[in-house]
Amino acid sequence: MTRPIADLLEEWEPVIGLEVHVQLATASKAFSASAIQFGAPPNSLTDPVVLGLPGSLPVFNKRVLELALRLGVATESKIRARSRFARKHYFYPDQPKNYQITQFDEPLCEAGHLDLILDKRIKRVNLTRIHLEEDAGKNTHVGAVSHVDLNRAGIPLVEVVSEPELTSAEEAAEFMRALHRLVRWLDISEADMEKGQMRCDANVSIRLRGEDRLGTRTELKNINSFRFVQHAVDHEIARQLRIVDSGGRIERETRLWDAVAGQSATMRTKEEANDYRYFPDPDLPPLVVDGALMGNVLKSLPELPTKRFVRYQTELGLAADDARTIISDLELAGFFDKAIATRAKSGKAIANWMLTELLGALNADGKDVGQSPMSPATLAALVGLVEDGTISGKIGKEIFEESYRTGEAPAAIVERRGVQQISDEPALWEIIDRVVGANPKQAESYAAGKDSLFGFFVGQVMKETQGRANPVMVSDLLRKRLGR
Amino acid sequence: MAAEYWSVAETAQKVASGEIKAANLVIALLARIADKDRELGAYLAVDEEGAIEAAAEIDRKRAAGEPIGPLGGVPIALKDMLVTKGLATTAGSRILAGWKPPYDAHVVEKLRAAGAIIVGKNNCDEFGMGSSTERSAFQMTRNPWDAMRVPGGSSGGSSAAVAAGLCAASLGTDTGGSIRQPAAFCGVVGLKPTYGRVSRYGVVAFASSLDQVGPIARTVTDAALVLEAIAGFDARDATSIDAPVPPLAALATAGVKNLRVGVPKEYFEGAIDAEVRAAVDRAIEVLRDKGAEIVNVSLPHTSLALPAYYLVAPAEASSNLSRYDGVRYGLRAEATDLLDLYRRSRGAGFGPEVKRRIMVGTYALRSGYYDAYYKKAQQVRALIKRDFDEAFTKCDCVITPTTPTAAYRFGAKTTPVEMYLGDIFTLACNLAGLPGISVPCGLTSENLPIGVQLMGKPLDEQAILRAGVVIEKTCGLGDRRPGGF
Amino acid sequence: MPALTRKEIDEIALLARLHLEPDEAERMQHEVGAILDTFTALAAVDTDGIAPMTHAVPMDLRLREDVVGPSLSVAEALAGAPKRDGDLIVVPAIIPGSE
Repeated sequence: MTRPIADLLEEWEPVIGLEVHVQLATASKAFSASAIQFGAPPNSLTDPVVLGLPGSLPVFNKRVLELALRLGVATESKIRARSRFARKHYFYPDQPKNYQITQFDEPLCEAGHLDLILDKRIKRVNLTRIHLEEDAGKNTHVGAVSHVDLNRAGIPLVEVVSEPELTSAEEAAEFMRALHRLVRWLDISEADMEKGQMRCDANVSIRLRGEDRLGTRTELKNINSFRFVQHAVDHEIARQLRIVDSGGRIERETRLWDAVAGQSATMRTKEEANDYRYFPDPDLPPLVVDGALMGNVLKSLPELPTKRFVRYQTELGLAADDARTIISDLELAGFFDKAIATRAKSGKAIANWMLTELLGALNADGKDVGQSPMSPATLAALVGLVEDGTISGKIGKEIFEESYRTGEAPAAIVERRGVQQISDEPALWEIIDRVVGANPKQAESYAAGKDSLFGFFVGQVMKETQGRANPVMVSDLLRKRLGR
Repeated sequence: MAAEYWSVAETAQKVASGEIKAANLVIALLARIADKDRELGAYLAVDEEGAIEAAAEIDRKRAAGEPIGPLGGVPIALKDMLVTKGLATTAGSRILAGWKPPYDAHVVEKLRAAGAIIVGKNNCDEFGMGSSTERSAFQMTRNPWDAMRVPGGSSGGSSAAVAAGLCAASLGTDTGGSIRQPAAFCGVVGLKPTYGRVSRYGVVAFASSLDQVGPIARTVTDAALVLEAIAGFDARDATSIDAPVPPLAALATAGVKNLRVGVPKEYFEGAIDAEVRAAVDRAIEVLRDKGAEIVNVSLPHTSLALPAYYLVAPAEASSNLSRYDGVRYGLRAEATDLLDLYRRSRGAGFGPEVKRRIMVGTYALRSGYYDAYYKKAQQVRALIKRDFDEAFTKCDCVITPTTPTAAYRFGAKTTPVEMYLGDIFTLACNLAGLPGISVPCGLTSENLPIGVQLMGKPLDEQAILRAGVVIEKTCGLGDRRPGGF
Repeated sequence: MPALTRKEIDEIALLARLHLEPDEAERMQHEVGAILDTFTALAAVDTDGIAPMTHAVPMDLRLREDVVGPSLSVAEALAGAPKRDGDLIVVPAIIPGSE
């Protein structure tokens, strides 16, 4: 007899911690000058260091440190003034030296946090650590043999380790999204999961609600998309719930997620666990972060996405969804900030125009916001024309299209086309009188209670004015004229 | 004096002046190697073609009036721990048999740039792990002074080749005495520079925090000249020191007036062969006679150098040697699966001493053992270094025997621990990262060379070179050469 | 520090990926045990508050500018590889997690 998962979740609480690897966007590898390039011919991006040839020695790339520090500062981590590289030993064909250069007991960053946007609230997830390490090459399984390509070996990584504070697969996926957004925002990684530039292992356990102690955890490896994070974690939570429901015990083990099959399988149990024999790498003296370097990092750091998310809502009155969309991309947020800089009171309207008209047009052209032919100031000016009643919203869209296409200033287009909105009350009275006079039957029917005819009169007035009549005034005056 | 025993300086001068053509010198040397080395076994590979070509290039440059470099035309050999582009590099191990590196070690580039002719690769204990060169996977090297005795190790091939006049100098590597001890056994000069003085880029790693490249030569000045050529900052080695290299050969002959030489009592308390003891005492007296100030110092943690070293070195070695797996290069055994491939390739490729050290190192680095072993040893290492810091407030360098005895017979040391005990005087120098030199200071009654060791402050190779020149002049071997060479 | 058991030798040999013949393993048990014995002197040393000396000369890590240097040609990179398939290195099948 099995109970539904939803029932079991009343009783049990999932606890999830993530370990996320993110490749840093450097030109050369972490410990040698060999180039980094996705999709290069196999084994074409190596040198003695990458191949682990006898006599080769690692030399650390400064850019790796700078990029990692951005993430450390952005997550408000404690930055270790002297951190250390260690060797982690395990034999595997994609690991040329059969040890990985990583950080062990003296990592670069500790005790930071990452803010997740859940519905309308923000959840702060603590980060145990962020440390530096080198990526491995790639093994491909082909029948009875495996092929080894070492191009990826030595690419710099940060490993971001969360505290076990996530309580659902949705939160786990949101953690990934938040980290993805952040590393792109900070311009430290493309974090393209399809290219393996961001990868995730998840530690999953369950415990009775109210219990403080963590349950036995399993480690899920090889999770390579946001969707898979949610699937894999959900699947694992359900697997564990079923085990405890049928009176079983959770085994400490490492499981490999198979995205195609949509299930996980045991990779190794604790007894088979390796002994990594960590020790400080004697080839690499301690990594020192000095004040000058920190100063540069702090100077180059943009305002963080969650901060802006809050600011857009509280200061500009944006809807949470719009705010979230804008912060999903640093360039978009930058465009928006430049636009509102010239017209702060129109934040909401600018957001609307940017997210619908501008993104729509860019989308149709296959461009991103960085390639926009319309500047933020131009968009703000256009919104200004609509807001101060110079033109109607409908005309505004036409002006937008023309300005987007030709680059001409909206005010100039309005002037040239003579499409200024008619807000002159006597002029509007004249037109309304004419329209009502020409349609006596409709006026009668409306007076008799046929409300839907109101739109007809608005339409007639607009037609008379080629859409230039101020719609708010038209509606106001029409009501007065028609008597209801 | 016959050309084969010309000093480095002499050879360079004669080539530069045109008194002899580099090509002729090299051809004669190659013939001598072909003749003498069959018995001696100092070379694993001789690069005849490369050497003749390089010599011809030196001659061409000279004829054209181009600079030929400070070591122009000087034939120099390399311990097979140094990586040479296109020339097989084995580190004395079967696991690397046949491997031809795609690059040159930093020191090899430097030697070539200085005009030296690379003659070939010298035999050594496998991965530098040994004190007799008996641990080479390929051949035995005999001591030129007594064919029944070991040349020392691990740079035994280098020392034997230099002593037997089969090259002007050779580069060795020294992790715990591997330059100084064989130099002492073969009656030549062996210089281990300050850690970081010479780039380790392209040096097959044994224990990364201890390894250092240095010259083995027939005179102290020669060793200084070669060190000048290979020393200096290299960005490819993160432990390379960015400090200027002084004109060491010129400074070496400054004498010892007012030089404070410490005699650490702990190095004279244990079992030392009486003749060795007497020779070292004589060297100390000579220094005093020539104006040095002899002071008694203490290095209280000396006896701990042996256990600390035999923990640190194997631990680092077990890590460094994990790359030899039969996947990307080197020996690969037939295997049914991946685990089998690793185990069989490494089982077949490594010799017994290397396996032992990998086992010890792996044991010590396991989680739960790390603190009690590796970390503890590194703490004791800090105490050993502190001893030297303290002693160097009273003196500029210290003097000790290089080895407790002169060269022993093949097979004399039967257990690993017995072999390790032969290294007791040379280990601390590496642990503390200091420069050290072994200089011949006499012969035993059995006509075997004795070496005296000098250790200096970091980056102060000058002091030990100065003392070395004085000892060499007064109690060195002079023109005495091993019989048959 | 106790002498080594044969089981420990086998475990360490597995960690180190060293195949040892039975007689080799037995010899190793004695020899490695004897070497470990020499380490007992260290345990007696008071090292409280002494920082482990991980590097022979104290220095900070030098940083390299992020500039691309030459890569080896594929031919050079794979010249030593005992088994290849085109431009890939070949090893016996890796069963995920088996190694």
